[in-house]
Amino acid sequence: MEPILTINNLTKKFGHLTAVKNLSFTINKGNVYGILGPNGSGKSTTLGIVLNVVNKTQGDFHWFDGNTTTHNALKQVGAIIERPNFYPYMTAEQNLKLVCKIKGVEHSKIDEKLEVVGLLDRKNHKFRTYSLGMKQRLAIASALLNDPEILILDEPTNGLDPQGIHQIRQIIKEIAAKGTTILLASHLLDEVEKVCSHVVVLRKGEKLYSGRVDEMINSHGFFELKAEKHQELIAILESHPNIGNVTVEDELITAFLNEPMSASDFNKLMFEKGIFLSHLVKRKESLEEQFLQLTDH
Amino acid sequence: MLRLIQLELQKLWLNKASRVLIIISFILPFTVLILSSIKINFFGFFTLELGELGIFNFPIIWHITTFFAAQFKFFFAIVVVSMIGNEYSNKTLKQNLIDGLSKKEFILSKFYTIVFFSLCATLLIGLATFLIGLYYSSYTEASIIFREVEFLLAYFVKLVGFFSLCLFLGMLLKRSAFALGFLFLLFITESITYGLMKWKLNETVADGIYNFMPLQSMWNLINQPIQRIVMTKFPEKADIMYDYAVHWYEIAIVLGWTAIFIFLSYRLLKKRDL
Repeated sequence: MEPILTINNLTKKFGHLTAVKNLSFTINKGNVYGILGPNGSGKSTTLGIVLNVVNKTQGDFHWFDGNTTTHNALKQVGAIIERPNFYPYMTAEQNLKLVCKIKGVEHSKIDEKLEVVGLLDRKNHKFRTYSLGMKQRLAIASALLNDPEILILDEPTNGLDPQGIHQIRQIIKEIAAKGTTILLASHLLDEVEKVCSHVVVLRKGEKLYSGRVDEMINSHGFFELKAEKHQELIAILESHPNIGNVTVEDELITAFLNEPMSASDFNKLMFEKGIFLSHLVKRKESLEEQFLQLTDH
Repeated sequence: MLRLIQLELQKLWLNKASRVLIIISFILPFTVLILSSIKINFFGFFTLELGELGIFNFPIIWHITTFFAAQFKFFFAIVVVSMIGNEYSNKTLKQNLIDGLSKKEFILSKFYTIVFFSLCATLLIGLATFLIGLYYSSYTEASIIFREVEFLLAYFVKLVGFFSLCLFLGMLLKRSAFALGFLFLLFITESITYGLMKWKLNETVADGIYNFMPLQSMWNLINQPIQRIVMTKFPEKADIMYDYAVHWYEIAIVLGWTAIFIFLSYRLLKKRDL
């Protein structure tokens, strides 16, 4: 796999506070990555370092194969950070022209990218007249101008209303579908779960996990069960070798699996034992449950 | 280089406030220059014509126009300070860097713009002085016209030096108003230090050190011409003689400061976490 960003033992200290501690991970081409962590866990600092606006204390990072300078690499990267930053007195088009000049891109890209985010009809309006959602969409258009190898988004839906959030997510999904590598930093779990294939989990500047979202916790899932013969079912579950923990909440029994087992096998087994289930669902832990387990809250 | 200047000019030109200030800083010196060169008739009682005083004679005209035009540098100084202040308050500095501008390029784009502006101002003043001089001057031989044309060079260096100082203060303090306040503070500090040195040490040492201070060294490039005008009227008064010429070491000191200010601005930006 072709690496896009490699980070080795990166550390950043602000005075006594260590914002990023010995962080290492690699971003490969074609995947959608999420950086997940509570507020203040070092997500933005890490992105700031690789984007050349925050100075690292120790460690190193390199873009692509390591033979390009960060300055040149950034011309092949599109990034938006927390708040959309543009010149308020310029129109959308003028702002994007400026970005074109910085990145060395043809002006013809401007209309194309404004179309992608649905701002083409507002291109001659001043940036200061835009709503937050429009500002954020303009930021995405700006980040896409150079058809980047990787798109970095830091809390792209922060402060937006539900419609705005939906629009932004839709745009992200469309971009991801075209094969652009995406790195999405967020504290919103469902956001990461909906778009990302890989995830890096941070807490207080330390990496807790990095890998595929679905392998985040080594578990085989669990069954949610209901039956008329409540006590008998619990007894069978507790004696079964494939099943670990069993918890009971009112009528609902939750049985965690130690070994893989399909729902139909389980149903068949119950039938043979003479228990008829009125409710059977096999689930995996949601990212939120996994995340809370990892960051032990 | 062209790309960096274009970048900065777009930022400045599309901003109404800086556009107005730039226009003022170009037009105002000319208005004053032209007003002073026309004949003003006070209701038939008497006419005031500055041209008659001989101040539009070559070569003294180079000295006079550059001196007075330099007083209008403050308008562009506001532009320089706010072009840094705005980048910080809009957070566009951070965005520029993320978009792929290096910190070095960022400082250079500001510096090139300063040089570009100073060059335009110098050329315009040079041209205007030349034309007014041709019209009014009693002497029009080339050797006299182009004597003391080094005042134009001094004017250029003075502008570049002063705006570099503003650039540095803008980078240091991030806020335009603070930077302008600090500029004033620097002016007062220099005068007070000079006064103290003159009192505690002797005058030669005090003068020597004073001439190396940033604002004073820029002032020294073009000394005030009033005394010189008086001198031309009363050549017998030897006690008002003073050295008004442009010296190479005066230019060197200001260029030194310019280099220091630009380098410090770059260092500051490089060390800073945005």
